[in-house]
Amino acid sequence: MVPESYYVALSAVLFSMGVLGVLIRRDPLVIFMSIELMLNAANLALVAFGQRHGTAEGQALVFFVMCVAAAEVAVGLAIIVAIFRQRRRLSVDELSTLRG
Amino acid sequence: MSLVTFFVLAALAVGSAAGLLLRRNPIHGALFLAVNLGTIAALFLTLRAEFLAAVQVIVYAGAIAVLFVFAIMVLIPGKEETGPDPLRGQRLLSVPLVGVFLALVSIIVGSATLSGSPKPPVPGGADALGRVLFTDYLFPFEVTSVLLLAAIVGVMALTKRKA
Repeated sequence: MVPESYYVALSAVLFSMGVLGVLIRRDPLVIFMSIELMLNAANLALVAFGQRHGTAEGQALVFFVMCVAAAEVAVGLAIIVAIFRQRRRLSVDELSTLRG
Repeated sequence: MSLVTFFVLAALAVGSAAGLLLRRNPIHGALFLAVNLGTIAALFLTLRAEFLAAVQVIVYAGAIAVLFVFAIMVLIPGKEETGPDPLRGQRLLSVPLVGVFLALVSIIVGSATLSGSPKPPVPGGADALGRVLFTDYLFPFEVTSVLLLAAIVGVMALTKRKA
């Protein structure tokens, strides 16, 4: 049986890579995918901790995270598409104003 | 044996995440993300969370990855990250900062002592999870349905073309 600390370490590495992706990329789609990466890393840690403590509650929490992630992706991609329709360009550095 | 499986899956997960970060073309990024989500599902299987592994494949690798690919197809980007970078200094600075962040997280997680002896892992089938979801977490479970409904309505409102 693999110790849970290995899973938590892998989760920390994946989360950091997601943070790096949000910070260094300019394409909002790739930034969005990096956010998904971070959510998945958190899910992995939650399942590992839940199994360590012998309860199914960690898995229930992961279930809710997945629901929220699905809603977030749908709304976020709709916003990105709406911005692209208006500007014909996608770069987060140019999206610094709230006015359309 | 299980240790070998874990390290192969971990290498795949980290490698696909690195591919997502390094490839300029977002469609390659979306495919790397799909690989990453699949390896996470396999890691769930090694943790004996079978139901979550199935949900991960259906929701993440199935729905979310496809949604990303669709959005990329609609937007046809791929040329956006060319040209001079207005914030190049800050972007370069972020790499060591993330290294510091990872070191801090490692210190905190490494110094935490898990109390008690490890308990036998619970079976992660649909019956165990369903029992928890429909008793202790019934109200949050119902709230997620409202959240998903709000997301549907919001997306419809956002993407509707003005006639």
